[in-house]
Amino acid sequence: MPLIKNGHVTTDPWITIPDDMPVPANGQVIVSLERWRADGAELKARGEPVGVRLSSSQLAPEIANDLSHLALIAIEFPSFRDGRAYSTARLLRQRYGFRGELRAVGNVLRDQFMFMHRCGFDAFEINKSDDAAAWHKAMCEISVWYQTAVDVRASVVRRRHYGVAAE
Amino acid sequence: MYRYDEFDRTLVEERVAQFRDQVSRRLSGELSEDEFKPLRLMNGVYLQLHAYMLRVAIPYGTLSSRQMRRLAHVARRYDRGYGHFTTRQNIQYNWPSLAELPDLLMDLADVEMHAIQTSGNCIRNVTADHFAGAAADEIEDPRIYAEIVRQWSSLHPEFSFLPRKFKIAVTGAPSDRAAIAVHDIGLRMVRNDAGEIGFEVMVGGGQGRTPMIAKTVRAFLPKQYLLSYLEAILRVYNQFGRRDNMFKARIKILVHEIGIEKFSGLVEEEWEQVRDELVDLPPGELERIRAYFRPPPFDPLPDVDQGFEAAKTATPAFAAWARSNLFPHRQPGYAIVNLSLKPVGGVPGDVSAEQMDAIADLADQYSFGEIRVTHEQNLILPHVRQEDLFALWQALEAQGLATANIGLVSDIIACPGMDYCALATARSIPVAQRISTRFAETERAHDIGDLKIKISGCINSCGHHHVGHIGILGVDKKGEEFYQITLGGDASEHAAIGGLIGPAFASDEVVDAVETIVETYLANRINGEHFLDTYRRVGPSPFKEKLYAAH
Repeated sequence: MPLIKNGHVTTDPWITIPDDMPVPANGQVIVSLERWRADGAELKARGEPVGVRLSSSQLAPEIANDLSHLALIAIEFPSFRDGRAYSTARLLRQRYGFRGELRAVGNVLRDQFMFMHRCGFDAFEINKSDDAAAWHKAMCEISVWYQTAVDVRASVVRRRHYGVAAE
Repeated sequence: MYRYDEFDRTLVEERVAQFRDQVSRRLSGELSEDEFKPLRLMNGVYLQLHAYMLRVAIPYGTLSSRQMRRLAHVARRYDRGYGHFTTRQNIQYNWPSLAELPDLLMDLADVEMHAIQTSGNCIRNVTADHFAGAAADEIEDPRIYAEIVRQWSSLHPEFSFLPRKFKIAVTGAPSDRAAIAVHDIGLRMVRNDAGEIGFEVMVGGGQGRTPMIAKTVRAFLPKQYLLSYLEAILRVYNQFGRRDNMFKARIKILVHEIGIEKFSGLVEEEWEQVRDELVDLPPGELERIRAYFRPPPFDPLPDVDQGFEAAKTATPAFAAWARSNLFPHRQPGYAIVNLSLKPVGGVPGDVSAEQMDAIADLADQYSFGEIRVTHEQNLILPHVRQEDLFALWQALEAQGLATANIGLVSDIIACPGMDYCALATARSIPVAQRISTRFAETERAHDIGDLKIKISGCINSCGHHHVGHIGILGVDKKGEEFYQITLGGDASEHAAIGGLIGPAFASDEVVDAVETIVETYLANRINGEHFLDTYRRVGPSPFKEKLYAAH
């Protein structure tokens, strides 16, 4: 499964550990929110970066107090139709100031890359290799945005009235 | 009217190019129909019973003559010579081919039109009072704010995959001509005690299988906070709206399940934070948009034109049309003119390409080039001099657009029903045609007075039957079409959901049933009451007795 991080296909240094598997002694691991809540102390004591994977129904406030311990948050799209993760990502970035990797996982498709990117995702686990190849096209198909979001793209209002450049 | 600047234009053109790419991936097989479906829906393309259907946005129902001519061109070039105006102030084309859709959309983009978000689980085309800018009772032109909402909601990065579709309507006047109480969000412009203008914000109205009247979530919102407040509502809905059951996914169910107080609390709490996040517009942007909606250059005229009065006296048919199809304009000497798209025996909302061209010409000649689409599937020339009305009426007569029936028994809203729609359980159009034929006589229709009949071909309620004074819902009973009748619905500022009067009627009984209802009203009416007044006074019993007496 290709991983795109900061615009490039890259090898994934993270391992996702299912809840019924032991956490290895070494390596960067992604665990469920439930496991993080149960074994947080042990995970912190490992001295390795930790990531948490949220289901689409686990919203930003549920992890907001733990952000300083986390290097990655993965948010699941069980279907691309389930848009809750957009709000979760945006709030984690904008309201709670999360600066680590924000990874889109699950049903992650090219036609939603731009929306995800605008909401603060910077890493994408992609199911179709064709979609990975279409990354750059998906990023520039639309150059005009009416809304201020959490990426660097300037809203139309800022471009209209303050002469701000597009990016 | 609003005009695109370079940003608006670029966005629409890029969206067409993006859709062209998506269509070519579908045609090449790279995208399955299942994967393509949400993409085409985001651009107003449905797969109907016989063909693809394209729904084109007419933001807040305002069209220029130039745009109307382009709609005529699209009807000729890509369709079968006609289009269908809908209850959401949009136009639908029933027969375009998928391969030609990108070209069609590019032709629309040329005249600053698009099909963005006319379907899908996103914020849909925003609707507004069709008398905006002309109505005497208006506090402020609602289209200024509707345009602001249009821009804010277009390709919104966070709110493009909501639990379900989301409809916003705006009115600038106390009289509600935009049915705001049956929208996901209804915005009504109000003045507070200090004389400031703001919005009453209503949330959770809707029709469908669970009809509900919207509840007030905030009695007064200063207008500069419109977008941050909408953002707060949408964020609460996006996170907490139900996604486990499509039939319970609209915001009305969330509001109903957690209660308006709790919902309101969530929104207010979110809004406190959103207000500081650069969502609201700077005053310069508001003024930029407002400037496009300045009134046209009206001439100073006397209140009443003598020639107009004389023509009514001389020509009874013109007088009847003037009585039902004209509405008072705020500018002395002008009138708001309704063009009926409900000819006797016709298809509600259908217009031929030739009629569209004629309407565009008449708009140029008589109404500063402006046209409106109503949610009741009629058209409006909003700013006509009284002295021009007789000539305009004659021209409309020649085009079959002067049926004197606005707001009357034959001015029926009907969804496309099983003649076109893949969701329908029964036909709507033929029922509307038969009712309008039964009540064809102008004098009788005028005597019956204000009466809104609305017909849906399935419980999704696109024909607004829940808020029809007489609502008709087509259902399927073992392969046969039956029609349930509700009475007492109302889409106005006194909004109400109609009540089911009794067992459904077979297709060949339904027109008789409507006539029985009308006759019962006439027999009970006192002091020139409207149908709804009588119904509210006497209740359903007399109607029930007459309808089911023989059974």
